[in-house]
Amino acid sequence: MLTMNRRGLLGAGAGAAGLAGLTALTPAWARGANIHNGVIRSGSDEVSGSSIDLTIGEGPRVVQGRRGHAIAVNGSVPGPLVRLKEGEPVRLNVTNTLSQDSSIHWHGLLVPFQFDGVPGVSFPGIKPGETFTYDLPAIRQTGTYWWHSHSDLQEQAGHYGPIVIDPAGADPVQADRDYVLLLSEFTPMHPHAIMDKLKKGEGYFNYQKTTWTDDYPLSGEDRRMWAQMRMMPTDILDVTGSTYTYLANGHGPLEGLEFLFNPGERVRIRVINGSAMSFFNVRIPGARMQIVAADGQNVRPVAVEEFQIGTAETYDFVVEPTGEAMTIVAESMDRSGMAVATLASRPGARAAVPALRDPPLLTMADMGMSGMDHGGGMAGMDGSDDSISGMDHSAMGHAPANPATTSAAEPMGAMDMGGMNMRDTSMLSPDVAVGPGLDMVAMNPVDRMGDPGIGLDKVPHKVLTYRDLVALEPNDDLRTPSRQMEIHLTGNMERFMWSFDGKKFSSVSDEPIRFAYNERVRVKLVNDTMMAHPIHLHGHFFELVNGAPADRQPQKHTVIVQPGGSASFDLTADESGDWAFHCHLLYHMHAGMFQIVTVAPKGDAPEQERVGEHG
Amino acid sequence: MKSLFALLLIGTAAPSLAQHAGHTMPAPAPAPAPTPAPTAEQSARPDTMDHLQMDHSQMETDAQQTPIADHAQMNHSPAQAETVDHSQMDHDAMAMPIPAGTPPPSAGSGPPRAADAIWGAAAMRPSREQLREEQGGQTFFWFMADRSEYRLREGKDGYLWDVQGYYGGDINKFWFKSEGEGSFGEEIEGAEVQALYSRAIGPWFDLQAGVRQDFAPRDRTYAVLGIQGLAPYQFEIDAAAFLSTKGDLTARIEGEVDQRITQRLILQPRAEFNLSAQNVPELGIGSGLDTVELGLRLRYEFAREFAPYIGVEQEWKVGRSADYARANGEDPSVTNYVVGIRFWF
Repeated sequence: MLTMNRRGLLGAGAGAAGLAGLTALTPAWARGANIHNGVIRSGSDEVSGSSIDLTIGEGPRVVQGRRGHAIAVNGSVPGPLVRLKEGEPVRLNVTNTLSQDSSIHWHGLLVPFQFDGVPGVSFPGIKPGETFTYDLPAIRQTGTYWWHSHSDLQEQAGHYGPIVIDPAGADPVQADRDYVLLLSEFTPMHPHAIMDKLKKGEGYFNYQKTTWTDDYPLSGEDRRMWAQMRMMPTDILDVTGSTYTYLANGHGPLEGLEFLFNPGERVRIRVINGSAMSFFNVRIPGARMQIVAADGQNVRPVAVEEFQIGTAETYDFVVEPTGEAMTIVAESMDRSGMAVATLASRPGARAAVPALRDPPLLTMADMGMSGMDHGGGMAGMDGSDDSISGMDHSAMGHAPANPATTSAAEPMGAMDMGGMNMRDTSMLSPDVAVGPGLDMVAMNPVDRMGDPGIGLDKVPHKVLTYRDLVALEPNDDLRTPSRQMEIHLTGNMERFMWSFDGKKFSSVSDEPIRFAYNERVRVKLVNDTMMAHPIHLHGHFFELVNGAPADRQPQKHTVIVQPGGSASFDLTADESGDWAFHCHLLYHMHAGMFQIVTVAPKGDAPEQERVGEHG
Repeated sequence: MKSLFALLLIGTAAPSLAQHAGHTMPAPAPAPAPTPAPTAEQSARPDTMDHLQMDHSQMETDAQQTPIADHAQMNHSPAQAETVDHSQMDHDAMAMPIPAGTPPPSAGSGPPRAADAIWGAAAMRPSREQLREEQGGQTFFWFMADRSEYRLREGKDGYLWDVQGYYGGDINKFWFKSEGEGSFGEEIEGAEVQALYSRAIGPWFDLQAGVRQDFAPRDRTYAVLGIQGLAPYQFEIDAAAFLSTKGDLTARIEGEVDQRITQRLILQPRAEFNLSAQNVPELGIGSGLDTVELGLRLRYEFAREFAPYIGVEQEWKVGRSADYARANGEDPSVTNYVVGIRFWF
């Protein structure tokens, strides 16, 4: 139990050659660009040390017989595992051999803002042929993170990789083996072609729509209601397994990624969702996983049998595999495909791969009508309770359910009791621009941190929710936030428009969200769409307001806001500079769901005392 | 079909209203009693739950506990624990209220753009402009041939095209449309092109204005004002009024809806009505309802962008228009069996 961490990384059967720590010795052929005559490799090398070289290149890539163009770093997808050490500085020299600008953003790392790696926000980007050095001072954190391009849509093409930061002292998580599982997608389609299809063909990638011949548990009345709303109950993910092959460390499900173990060992798996557009449901049939870290931060161990990981989140879990082999299944949230890896007690050992489960449907709660639920979370949509006719209109978003959003003074006025107004813009604050980019307003956007995620509310086993997360170490700022700001996540499914507060970034790029230095703010995100959005703030951790004691609220860099619901976090704005703040679904960001957060310089701020154990 | 007509008319008459007011859903069932008898579920609703009594400190898990036990530790009665939907609990409401507010003055104390101070404004400018364009500022080009078909019918077989497309961003677009038809071996019966400025006026509808040029049966120019978009129940609606340089006012309302039989097999009912404010004898148009077309097309989407179809379409000339047709020796009612391809890019 107490042996030192042994670091194995990915191996794909015999193809695991050359995995040992290649650092500065990485041969030129492995460094990317077009110089190697073969295709881009799947899986990562590992780089470490005080000076790390990374080269961004491009070339052909084949996954399970499907061929596409890819962007790779040091010649592989994912790019190399960047292994850093707490307390030590590092220089990351990034060379761009592409014919277009590129960048690397260190996702989740606390860095000086000018090295955060977002072109147009924190630096000018890396020009073709240029080498840019990210000169990072002593690393202030430990855990599992990742890096990716923040230029154009390069991330979709393969420009991403894992980061592991080893603690300076002992790791509170004891494990015999330590693996990284980076989930992503491959598609032969050009990323711009995907964007183009999303803009022009509503539901273009969805081949699980409702039809005359489907098996969905929807009554005729339900179907008419959805049609009436001009929306689809199957709009779970925008881009699906109809074009994606889901990857585990760059390997398709048939390509046999395996993690070796000896019976009785504790295996730590660092799961990174490095995909562009996918949420995954992760489980190991027959095993229980102990979640030990979220977004790189240690949490009190929670035993679960499944967890949903949003795009850009990371979760570390410890598992004690039994038998000859166990399958790690990462099913896309819409269940149109899966990434697969195997915990194997000997090379080549395999366990059964479960079939994809039935696709889920959006629910009343996802429409922002949680208060109308009959307790199941899926009332009205599961066929068992005769749907809408059974709805309790007296519970529809009226005063008692959520005083914060529905004032008692106007309980009826804004609402048409003849039915449901799915776009009651009177519920929005004046900050929200009402226009073509806003197709829905959540009627009763309750906090949904207790929700395990779309499609997982009815599974018979324990699924992680945000409410289960409790920080292992006490937080260092326990001040009550001095103000609350509400940000609405807005969109129009039909036009594929996405924004904050109804305003695309292209229209607010000179009006950032401003914080004073060291200001403590509660940010409430209200999701006025029927899609889950993983919202990421660069350069900071924030504490989820999830019911945990104030000093143990879990710290995260990315928070999923469930459809039609809300999520709140407390932020201490103590990292000066301009930071990107955006939905981490790549094409949502690209459509405008992006903003800049400006934290004022320290020098001008009055000193505010923190109230935390670590002062 | 009757309800289809009704919906089409509602859909075209109401869209601009719907943009501003949002739409309301007809009650799907008789309105429920305002004060239904309390049920077990309702007793678990957040408004009836006493949050103060919930001991959340006990929710903390420690390493030894299985999380299954967590929920049981909450101070609900055992019966409630079964039915409580945690998604309904508004934990915000439990916390001390935090006032909404504006940032303190020092929030604006920094430079307007932090990166300029490090890398220089000149170096930052191009990437900043590119970022703005990439995150929401893009433009797109779309072309669709909704109908391009061969028409079998009594007498001479014919053809028809109905294409449109746009170039632009989310709100403002240049929109073009063209349609025409004829019989093989004869002069073209009708051909027109429209060039429109299209502006999104709501989540689902665009307002369109511009010009229409007819090349057949006669050259004629019209001013166009119309509305196009998606009506409730997923009806695609295109309604426009046309004012010709001769002062004639006409209108056209088209509606279609996709009915998915399977993921790739799609049945598309379609209706089109032409109306006129006056007789236009030289074009064979009678005042009032001029023509009605009802079509049914079954297509198979090999790809979303490429779908061959078969179908049938019935056309009627109505009222005075029918008289004009008969006077010309034409049949005012024509049945077309069609085979065609729908494609877009």
